[in-house]
Amino acid sequence: MRRFVLKSMVTLAVAAALGSAPALAADPVEISLYYPVAVGGPVTKTIDTMVSDFEKENPDIKIKAVYAGTYQESIVKALTAYKSGTPPTLAVLLSTDLFTLIDEDAIVPIDSVATAPADKEWIGGFYKAFMENSQTQGKTWGIPFQRSTIVMFWNKSLFKEAGLDPEQGPKTWEETVAAAKKLTKTDANGNVSQWGIKIPSTGFAYWIFQGMTTPNDTILMNGDGTQTYFNKPGAVEALQNWVDLSAKHKVMPGGVIEWGTTPKDFLEQKAAMVWTTTGNLTNLRANASFPFGVAMLPAIKHPGSPTGGGNFYLFNKTSPEQQKAALKFVRWSTEPQRAAQWSIATGYVATRPDAWETPEMKKYLQDVPAAGVARDQLQYSVAELSTHDNQRVTKALNDNIQAALSGTKTPQAALDDAQKDADRILRRFR
Amino acid sequence: MMTSEATTPFGDRNKVLETTSAWVLGLLWLLPLVYAVWTAFHPAEFATRFSLTAPLTLQNFANAWDAAPFPRYFLNTFILVTMILAAQMVLSTMAAYAFSRYRFRGSDFVFMLVLMQLMVMPDILIVENYRTMNMLGLRDTILSIGLPYFASAFGIFLLRQTFKTVPRELDEAATVEGASALQVLWKIYVPLAKPIYLAFGLVSVSTHWNNFLWPLIVTNSVESRPLTVGLQVFSSTDQGVDWSIITAATLMTSAPLLLAFLLFQRQFVQSFMRAGIK
Amino acid sequence: MKRPEFSFTPWLLLLPAMVLLIGFTHYPAVATIWHSFFATPKGGNPAPFVGLENYALMIDDPVFWQALTNNLWFALGTIPLSIALAILMALWVNDRLAGRGFLRLAYFTPTVLPMIAVANIWLFFYTPQYGLLEQITQALGFPSHNWLGNPDTVLGAMIVVAIWKEAGFFMIFYLAALQQISPTLAEAAGLEGASRWQYFWRVQFALLMPTTLFVLINALINSFRLVDHIFVMTKGGPNNASSLLLYYIYEVGFSFWDSAYAAALTVVLLIVLGLVAIVKFRILDRRTHYQ
Repeated sequence: MRRFVLKSMVTLAVAAALGSAPALAADPVEISLYYPVAVGGPVTKTIDTMVSDFEKENPDIKIKAVYAGTYQESIVKALTAYKSGTPPTLAVLLSTDLFTLIDEDAIVPIDSVATAPADKEWIGGFYKAFMENSQTQGKTWGIPFQRSTIVMFWNKSLFKEAGLDPEQGPKTWEETVAAAKKLTKTDANGNVSQWGIKIPSTGFAYWIFQGMTTPNDTILMNGDGTQTYFNKPGAVEALQNWVDLSAKHKVMPGGVIEWGTTPKDFLEQKAAMVWTTTGNLTNLRANASFPFGVAMLPAIKHPGSPTGGGNFYLFNKTSPEQQKAALKFVRWSTEPQRAAQWSIATGYVATRPDAWETPEMKKYLQDVPAAGVARDQLQYSVAELSTHDNQRVTKALNDNIQAALSGTKTPQAALDDAQKDADRILRRFR
Repeated sequence: MMTSEATTPFGDRNKVLETTSAWVLGLLWLLPLVYAVWTAFHPAEFATRFSLTAPLTLQNFANAWDAAPFPRYFLNTFILVTMILAAQMVLSTMAAYAFSRYRFRGSDFVFMLVLMQLMVMPDILIVENYRTMNMLGLRDTILSIGLPYFASAFGIFLLRQTFKTVPRELDEAATVEGASALQVLWKIYVPLAKPIYLAFGLVSVSTHWNNFLWPLIVTNSVESRPLTVGLQVFSSTDQGVDWSIITAATLMTSAPLLLAFLLFQRQFVQSFMRAGIK
Repeated sequence: MKRPEFSFTPWLLLLPAMVLLIGFTHYPAVATIWHSFFATPKGGNPAPFVGLENYALMIDDPVFWQALTNNLWFALGTIPLSIALAILMALWVNDRLAGRGFLRLAYFTPTVLPMIAVANIWLFFYTPQYGLLEQITQALGFPSHNWLGNPDTVLGAMIVVAIWKEAGFFMIFYLAALQQISPTLAEAAGLEGASRWQYFWRVQFALLMPTTLFVLINALINSFRLVDHIFVMTKGGPNNASSLLLYYIYEVGFSFWDSAYAAALTVVLLIVLGLVAIVKFRILDRRTHYQ
């Protein structure tokens, strides 16, 4: 008996030695991650911390995190890197870049790497609204990471001053216009010192526009990204509503409103209500000298908003080991506690229902109930505008929205032109 | 030379008016820099408010420093401008020497090719040059930023003009004593063109320290990015403009050039004058 | 200095510079023209030849026409004013007004600052309601204005930024030239009863003509070359009202990835610069001479 035990121990020891030898001899898999700096603050530090935490738990993987600018700059960099033969393994890019990336053959479907049943369950655990921009042709191409919706912030002190209930944000479009009229103040010279509402129209005019068409029951494109519906009657109505805010109701400045300065406008109390990404919540909380509320976008036929933000994408022309390692990192980053932490730190919406159930998130919601508004809006949220040759199509829509807001085109003419341009661009994809 | 009085052979000019106007213009011109200094040293609430009792802070600089790897960007930019300047000096000297000292068939045609670069700079041809860099396999390196600028038509032009003013006798005397062409270049021509080199160097450094579009296109990673690209990438966030941190970063990245200009402005202007740029 | 026998030396001296010049200026110019006759390759396929199709698309493209006319207006707005200011600044500094060291520094500082950095500051200046300009105009009782958000004023606003950036740089050239003018000329003119204005216009300006031509060419090229401020301040908007040709080329080439169309656009830019070159060589050849 003793000899048997001894023999088996020796066998086990040898097996262990042999078994661990390859692991010792193996080099760590090196992967690279491009990520955008979409929020202010020490994002690089946050990502670096995430990366080093992951590497501690997974010593066989090394991640080189490269921050690549805004979303626009990140897609440019990722594609230039891919086209010159040195693709990143992973990149966080706009969910709407989906078709562009597929057309350039730059990404691989997540489910080609995430083949285990547990993986499929994991993919199914994200909010449906976020997955709309992540799946096409029956495959999953992106994993939601830093996602957002548009929300409306309102200044409670200014509401009180104007005789409105500070705890109740406007719920419908009419309520919003009525409140804005009470909130617009002019000074002795006839200059407006405080605007009722400011809705930005640079940078992401099309996204904001979806915040008006969705409540009006109008969807702007099809799921395959080959067709747009910019001049449907519901869309024209929505654009007219937007234009009327300054032209008719005079509660918003005319011309084009700069995206980058809108949060500052709110902080400076020059605008009593603003529309902006939920990602600005942390910034506003840190810097506002007044109490404010967060509301869902005003309803017309019903509430609604587009989703926004970035997904993880796995790049083509990378080795299977790299892809597996990258997938591991993606799963790790989207685990409920981590998704919750990321959301709390940045203000983006935690992408999975189970993230909202974590103790950190529950505590955060107690302190900041407004953070739940974006999540509540998800049930009414639709995909962000995304088509083939996305940059060109969105530019056509952006330009025409700006034309309508500047008064150089009527909303109908503007959207007709945008639709014409989009048809011309998308013709070859049909 | 005349005294420090303004020239008044035309009778009294309204010196007060002129001085005031000049000063107003000067202050206006400095306004962006003044604003940058104000905003960088005060907390965020005072970025748009100019009350004199606002507290000073260095926090913005700390935040800016944390938010992007500026030391690396400084290093990249320093290497870049030095590399470009060195290459430009060597290449332009050699080419200008060839044009000024030698008469050879085709020199006029080649010089015309050089002059064309004064109009058509590599910056214009971004799409094609990007393709070339890819072919050369040099993308995303500091060398790739600088390479298109190594041959400077401006430098060749300036040096050629200067070299042509070198007296023939000096040249011939040295040649008679057995100096080779390169020795003549090094011992006679180059020293006489010192002010030109200085002027050109100052223009080159400040141009390439501030160059943005081409480095933006051709670099991807932190290891090769110069300050301008790093600054823009860092200051355009979806969360909106934060002037406090942007101005702090701006001051940090412009400080070396500003300081250099403050210290060397007399030399700068004088070298231009001696260069007799027409 | 005549060396009638053939010598390798000049060619060897020229070689490195010419290789790089041709490689990054002449070759890409020709290659751009070549590529503009093909369509952008899709996937792994080679680029198909399409003749003048890119140019037909360009003629039908309202954004192209907008960018081109914007650029021409931009040049027209920037060049005369920045040259005039440069001369004025040089005259003031040269005339030894009180505090000329400070003045020279103040005028030249914009040149030393990277445009991409100061564009954000200008963004603040132009911001409606609490931007610096607004604070001043409101204090004076003028109505509020959205300079960058209004297609009618945005190009003008960008022109101001460009003038601010360039005038000081040109001033240095004028300063150098002014110092070459002998002061006896001023005395002589004064003795003959000429006014300050006449002296300036008839004597100084005429003597400064070579510098003006040099600066003019530089300014022309810069007005097509410098687009950094657009990236930060307007991204070409609203509705392309502030788009310039090189910025549109960047958008088409690196945002839409349509390299063939970008090539066609670049050809237009090359033609414009080619015209500038012809103007320079014709006029400069007549007025000055190279030694």
